[in-house]
Amino acid sequence: MKRWPRRMLAILVVVALGPAVIAWAEYADVTINTRSEAEGVAPVIYPHWFHRIRFQCSVCHVDLDIKMGAGTTGITMEKLIDGQYCGACHNGNIAWSIDNCDLCHSGRPGLETGVKGGHETMGPGLY
Amino acid sequence: MSPIRAISLVIVLTVFASAVLGAGNWQPLKNDGLHDPENPAIEILQEPGEALGVLVPDSAGNKVDWVRSLQEGLIEPRPSLDGDEEPNIRDTTVLMKNTYPLFYVRFTHKPHTQWMSCEACHDRIFVPQVDANPINMGKILEGEYCGLCHGAVSFPLTECNRCHNTNPATLGREEAATGEGTQ
Repeated sequence: MKRWPRRMLAILVVVALGPAVIAWAEYADVTINTRSEAEGVAPVIYPHWFHRIRFQCSVCHVDLDIKMGAGTTGITMEKLIDGQYCGACHNGNIAWSIDNCDLCHSGRPGLETGVKGGHETMGPGLY
Repeated sequence: MSPIRAISLVIVLTVFASAVLGAGNWQPLKNDGLHDPENPAIEILQEPGEALGVLVPDSAGNKVDWVRSLQEGLIEPRPSLDGDEEPNIRDTTVLMKNTYPLFYVRFTHKPHTQWMSCEACHDRIFVPQVDANPINMGKILEGEYCGLCHGAVSFPLTECNRCHNTNPATLGREEAATGEGTQ
């Protein structure tokens, strides 16, 4: 009986501090490394949370024709410079221009293309 | 203390702790396992906690209730690149009854149309006709239909009762009550 409070305390500490030390991506972060590392730059991290604060879903997924599926749109830097996809905003006009390589190409080496989930799901089965 | 009591206590405390810690536990970018901490952009990019901490809290996904955050005006995501386009908000609902043994699904157009235009779903994902779409949970879990967004970016598929939200046993009574304006 006397020993339980100490054990409970230990369990509480683990429960309380566990989430703080486990690294996880923000829900719906997209990583794209279909070409990046092969071309000598870091993988791309696209944060959905940042963009959905500022734009509705259909701006990118309908108007700009970005497909729902990591790495399936066929985005290349040439197309972005042409003003397609990310380049429609990232042109120094609506958002910072695409010569700020590091701001997108900020991933750790070896990241795989995909949608990263939060604490409850790793995204749909296909991606 | 008996083992059963101890285990139940641990479960209760775990649930309590996750509820308390649920919101406001966003990882800094350099610790998220994705960003390269050596990348100079880490100092420039916005931190999730800074942006999400001021929105309506939730228990799943980004720990943000995106729909309420928009409806309460905390965020105003633009409906088009230049922001000029007027969103086409629809208030209709679709009741899906082939959901046994779970509750019926009442799909609400309003929050969906507040987030996206009709073309995002119609007709490329859903035929705009009741009972014309062969949706099932297997396909949704595979990332089709609702699962194209829910489980990837919108609230995750662990939140069963947000979609399975209508009790068949009380459906008639609710409708009658609403119809008479007594509710």
